[in-house]
Amino acid sequence: MGALVKTDGLVAQVQAAEIQQYLTFTLGSEMFAVGTLSVKEIIEYGQLTEVPMMPDFIRGVINLRGAVVPVIDLSARFGRNATEITRRTCIVIIEVPSGEEKQDIGVVVDAVSEVLEIPASEIEPAPAFGAKIRTDFIHGMGKVNGKFVILLDVGKVLSVEEISTLASVSGQGASAQ
Amino acid sequence: MDLDDALKTYIIESRELLEQMEDALLRIEQAQDDPEIINAIFRAAHTIKGSAGLFGLEYIVAFTHVAESVLDKVRSNELRIDPELVALLLESRDHIGTLVEHAAQGDEPDADSDRQGAGLIARLNTYLGNPTGETTAQGGMPVEHAPQIEREETHSVATDNWHISLRFGNDTLRNGMDPLSFVRYLNTFGRIIQIVTVVEAVPPLSQLDAESCHLGFEISFQTEADKATIEGAFEFVRDDCLVYIMPPHSKVAEYLDLIRDLPEEEMKLGEMLVKCGTLTRDELAKALQKQVEEQRPIGEVLLEDKIVRPEVVAAALDRQKQVKDSKSTESSLIRVDAEKLDQLINLIGELTIASAGTALVAQRAGISELQEAASTLSRLVEEVRDSALTLRMVQIGATFNRFQRVVRDVSKELGKDIELVISGAETELDKTVVEKIGDPLTHLVRNSMDHGIESAEVRIANGKPARGTLRLNAYHDSGSIVIEVGDDGGGLKKDKILQKAIERGLVAPDANLSDKEIFNLIFEAGFSTADTVSNLSGRGVGMDVVRRNINALRGSIDIESVQGQGTTMRIRLPLTLAIIDGFLVGVGSSSFVIPLDMVVECIELSDEDRRAGEERNYLSLRGQVLPYMRLRDTFDIRGDTVRRENVVVVQYGNARAGLVVDALQGEFQTVIKPMGRIFSHVNGIGGSTILGSGEVALILDVPRLVQLVSTQAEKSGLELA
Repeated sequence: MGALVKTDGLVAQVQAAEIQQYLTFTLGSEMFAVGTLSVKEIIEYGQLTEVPMMPDFIRGVINLRGAVVPVIDLSARFGRNATEITRRTCIVIIEVPSGEEKQDIGVVVDAVSEVLEIPASEIEPAPAFGAKIRTDFIHGMGKVNGKFVILLDVGKVLSVEEISTLASVSGQGASAQ
Repeated sequence: MDLDDALKTYIIESRELLEQMEDALLRIEQAQDDPEIINAIFRAAHTIKGSAGLFGLEYIVAFTHVAESVLDKVRSNELRIDPELVALLLESRDHIGTLVEHAAQGDEPDADSDRQGAGLIARLNTYLGNPTGETTAQGGMPVEHAPQIEREETHSVATDNWHISLRFGNDTLRNGMDPLSFVRYLNTFGRIIQIVTVVEAVPPLSQLDAESCHLGFEISFQTEADKATIEGAFEFVRDDCLVYIMPPHSKVAEYLDLIRDLPEEEMKLGEMLVKCGTLTRDELAKALQKQVEEQRPIGEVLLEDKIVRPEVVAAALDRQKQVKDSKSTESSLIRVDAEKLDQLINLIGELTIASAGTALVAQRAGISELQEAASTLSRLVEEVRDSALTLRMVQIGATFNRFQRVVRDVSKELGKDIELVISGAETELDKTVVEKIGDPLTHLVRNSMDHGIESAEVRIANGKPARGTLRLNAYHDSGSIVIEVGDDGGGLKKDKILQKAIERGLVAPDANLSDKEIFNLIFEAGFSTADTVSNLSGRGVGMDVVRRNINALRGSIDIESVQGQGTTMRIRLPLTLAIIDGFLVGVGSSSFVIPLDMVVECIELSDEDRRAGEERNYLSLRGQVLPYMRLRDTFDIRGDTVRRENVVVVQYGNARAGLVVDALQGEFQTVIKPMGRIFSHVNGIGGSTILGSGEVALILDVPRLVQLVSTQAEKSGLELA
């Protein structure tokens, strides 16, 4: 198992633990969760600088104590409408493995709910179809009080590789007129 | 200092020495027999060997010893430097380098390098005249001059013993040596008959530095061993200590030389020699007498009076001064961990941001005293920033010099005669940039040599000198450093490039491309016009990597080429990667930073030009055509337009362009923050920074924007000056 943890980093760690803590948050009317191990902090939404010529789901960048951190609109990333900013809107800072390094990425969510412990036995595999978001984004479906919470696979949802490819396509497109 | 640290220092020093050695070896081909250069090579090899022994790196000692022996023969004029020997010595240098790298990784050399080493030793030994490889044995270096000592009875001293004069260098203790251990070691192969400790150099107690060594010894020594063995005992201290070894029955004159060479007052020294039993009082008197005869009329000075002679004092003072001088140059250079420097620069970056924040708050508060204090602070921070940044500046010369070797080796390999001409070596740029520019430069240099410069026959046929010239040049130009790699070769063949590009489907067959666009095609991935793939280049990998590396440094590369006359690749790089002077502009609610060095002037966009903007995107700047772009449109920024727009005229290289913005917000010290991989492909944005208000502002990638504007202008059929 040591080898497993090494090769797959965070994802493997998430799977390895018997009972795992998850941070749940809402997006529209749905409940999502990410493993707390990858969550660095939660901050209020504000002072965001837009980066031009970016796909819609890249909201911009923020200053996180001196570091410039990109902010992703999760709702837009799932192909829905952009998140509307309200009083409860938060940015969850998530650490994503990117090659050898780690990259911090902020995620805009409607509201952060609570930290839950979900035992591995209560987690179902992602449904092959029927979910409204890309199935590879889903790490599993957690059952909490008889309701399903979508456990996100941050490595996929926030894949630096994929996002930068999308960003470059969008950036090139805008300037190549 | 623990051994690990010491080893690290050794590795770093060895690398530097190897670099010096290479440099000297390359120079010696031109400057035949310059003893200075030969000595430099010898010293480098010797120091590497000596220190390697300290760390028990036997494989380095064994190999370097042989090379050193050959060098010693060169030094004593027994061998003459010829290209073949230089080539062999260069190979040996490389091998020592390999061995040092092994030491750095903490492993033993593998079979491959062992084999290589053995081959080199065999070849080196042919120069030494003993193909059996005897000299690989441990111990001191062979001493070639021993037999030269003539034993003329009349002038020799009577004693049967060797005489050793030792003066330990000041740093002996600091280097981890114990003077006593050398004396003890002598006892392992001989007997010390008499020893006199020289304490003249010990300063008064109040000035005594307990870590400095001021001791010397005069030793009368009886042994069967040869001079090399005795010398071997002092192997590790030879560089900073004075060691004189006199065989038994040396000539009086040689003792006289010794007395002259050593720092002590000569009478005292003479007395010591007498005390050691090396000289009799008569012999000493004779020696000194002789000196007097040589330099002064007999009887002018009575040595017996023990008057200190003025020139001795002068010489002693001179010597002291020299020591002091060399000390002061030593202390003017400090080796600093690059990481510490980076940390400092980062902190200063934060300080700059914080000071901008303070200035902003002060301005808002409207207290004039506070504003004054804040502006003083800003000015000081700016100065601190500037001087901190110069700490990172290094001259490009060292990087350029590395290419001497590359050019030499590659031209041999290609069978071409190519000369490297370096200029602008003193141009300074950021250390990080220097480190990253090496690889792209190597690619360009190799390319020029392989594809650019023609073979001697072709050159002569074309009326050019047979010897090709490769130029490396560097200079500063408006906030950038420009590095040129030029050759006087055949130039790029436009039609061939175009044909190849059409073949590969990179351009449409009927495309009408400018020269520049055609040249730029060679930076496409997998593009090569070489008919044959050589060892060096022609595989079509490389040029795209070169461009990518340079772009990653926020730089650019362009090509100037005249068919039949040569090609010049011009790399333009920012001077620093950390902090720049910026010019803050506003568009809508966003702020952008333009590197101040690239800003030429700011003008107001006239109503006329504004109205005409629908049809054309250029305006007339004092009669000259200036293409421009509206950042609002390019970046698709929403929000109300303002009544008055401004044009910031920027320049990059030879191209000018106007950037239309809403507001000019003034100068701003900009700490460049990396944006991460996600934004690595964003067009027109070069980075980000944090404003005094804590907001993030984006830094415009002016080179890219200028390029965009020019291509747009060209597309619309506008001829640019």
